[in-house]
Amino acid sequence: MSSLAEGGSGEEDLVFPVAADAPRASRVGFGPLRLSQLARASGLVGLVVLAGFVPSLAQSNYLTSIALQIEILMCLALGLNFVVGYAGMLDLGFAAFFAIGAYTTGMLAVHAHWPILATLPPAVVIALIGAVFVGVPTLRLRSDYLAVVTLGFGEIIQTVVNNLNQTGGPEGIYGIPPLSLGGWTLTTTSSYYEIFLFLVVVFVAVSARIRHSRLGRAWLAIREDEDTAQAMGIKVRRYKLYAYMAGSVFGSLTGSLYAPAFIAIAPPSFGFTESLLVVMAVSIGGIGSIWGALLGAGVVIAFPEVFRQFAQARLLVFGIALVLVMVLRPQGVWPENGIGWRRLAARWLNRDAQSAPR
Amino acid sequence: MACLSVRGLSLSFGGVDALAGVSIEIPDRSLFAVIGPNGAGKTSFFNCLTGYYRPSAGSVALDGRDITRLGAAEVAALGIRRTFQNVRVFPKLSARENVLAGAHLRASASVLGTLLGTPRHRRGERVLAEEAERWLDFVGLADKAAVLAGDLPYGMRKRLEVARALIAHPEILLLDEPAAGVSSVEREELASVIRRTAADGVTVVMIEHDVELVMQLAAGVAVLDRGRLLVQGTPEAVRADPRVVEAYLGRRQR
Ligand SMILES: Nc1ncnc2c1ncn2[C@@H]1O[C@H](COP(=O)(O)OP(=O)(O)O)[C@@H](O)[C@H]1O
Ligand SMILES: [Mg+2]
Repeated sequence: MSSLAEGGSGEEDLVFPVAADAPRASRVGFGPLRLSQLARASGLVGLVVLAGFVPSLAQSNYLTSIALQIEILMCLALGLNFVVGYAGMLDLGFAAFFAIGAYTTGMLAVHAHWPILATLPPAVVIALIGAVFVGVPTLRLRSDYLAVVTLGFGEIIQTVVNNLNQTGGPEGIYGIPPLSLGGWTLTTTSSYYEIFLFLVVVFVAVSARIRHSRLGRAWLAIREDEDTAQAMGIKVRRYKLYAYMAGSVFGSLTGSLYAPAFIAIAPPSFGFTESLLVVMAVSIGGIGSIWGALLGAGVVIAFPEVFRQFAQARLLVFGIALVLVMVLRPQGVWPENGIGWRRLAARWLNRDAQSAPR
Repeated sequence: MACLSVRGLSLSFGGVDALAGVSIEIPDRSLFAVIGPNGAGKTSFFNCLTGYYRPSAGSVALDGRDITRLGAAEVAALGIRRTFQNVRVFPKLSARENVLAGAHLRASASVLGTLLGTPRHRRGERVLAEEAERWLDFVGLADKAAVLAGDLPYGMRKRLEVARALIAHPEILLLDEPAAGVSSVEREELASVIRRTAADGVTVVMIEHDVELVMQLAAGVAVLDRGRLLVQGTPEAVRADPRVVEAYLGRRQR
């Protein structure tokens, strides 16, 4: 077989006819690619540096705390993106992993006086156990049943923390000590903003790496067509579990850092509403797209804030806007295969040409 | 030596016998064709070989090893790859990524390598990506690597499926009606792809309605009719067999 693969083009006697239509998106050679990669990389670095100055530019604790909430939702959305975006499963209980992280850290830090950073590994391990516990028996189910089961898992976790003495019941846990890094003790909103900025960057990098690896391709194949994925040798159930586990790691890490940032944690922050917000962030932005998850998180947090003056009506406006996005752009605002500016432009400039049948 | 050995394979759906005691020996490194009228059980036969259907009786052996009860992913891991009659590419992935998905079992599974982007991991990915380009070129899709599979016309999607199967370096390639619904130009390209694949030592089994193509390519032919093996032999012998003419052509004309 290898001789075939290495045979290359050209020397074969049979020449394939070149298709009449030009390639839609030809990505050219390595020279220009390197240059564009460099430009891209510096653009990204610039963006992150700029984001780092948000608290000092904003000069307002209110704006900084909104920005922090956006970052937290970004982290959660990137976690859920493995499950919903890549592997194509619906998960309505993602806040459970957020809760596991926050409560593990909160309890160990307050009751056992562990440093915050030391609580991250046990939080991740417990979240992974939770993911396996829910995933193994249920991942053989069809995706709509899975939605119900994950919803149930989310409810169970919230009910548990609401009723256990160790988790503080309805009052939750308060007086969570600050995160200390080296000699620094972080107490301000803007310092946690920077910590979460770092977490977002790490999560984005990890998501992007995984997306273009065996794991990411297996997930996408499963999302696209489960049965066909098996013909590639992909063990569907196992890879679905991996997606669930990856999501739980992101979710619990986010929760673990959320706890010291907000000093107090209580059950209402980890309920169905929170799970739904994460699903919304992923789907508004564009299923499977990293940029979409980031954008979606921004929209989901910022929109109700911007329309705060309308008090109760803002949620109605938000709902209507959501429905509009779903109807007009079901693939999301920033879908995984790009916004498609060229296609959009072509459609507006040259409507007749586009209407020709394929 | 027999590569694929099928004994008494039976499968029924409700009252319908899709397969009723089919026994076929498919020799190693051959180009073999399975023909028969619509509903004869050809696709069901492939589905039983590849772990998609579980036969109610009979066995499938690969080089003497029983694979009847294996799941589809396990069969794929043994070097049996297939295409689907109703083309099944991954629509929202590019042609390149479709082929790379086919290389699942050959790609590096190291999580650490992936996350850290170690040189070794990157090299592996690059080698695979380059090979994907060559397979796309092999089936005549070199300039479509970045196009979403769902945006490709039908004939190209069919060839993409072949490239996706070949990057796995299979020992056996099962093609379910590769030439159905493709243009005559594309049919010629396809014939060349199949011939070159077989020449490279891959055992190719194809279901095909196009008798010309079968006669031109196959060394052995099996004819299925209503779930039974009607005849097996060389293309010439099968073509001349009156039962085949009656069963196959007779029903098709209706
Ligand atoms: N999944 C299925 N459910 C019910 N009946 C099926 C299924 N698959 C195949 N059959 C039946 O089995 C018979 C053989 O079908 P198939 O293997 O697709 O034939 P062919 O590929 O030769 O056209 C047909 O009668 C078909 O209706
Ligand atoms: Mg068929």
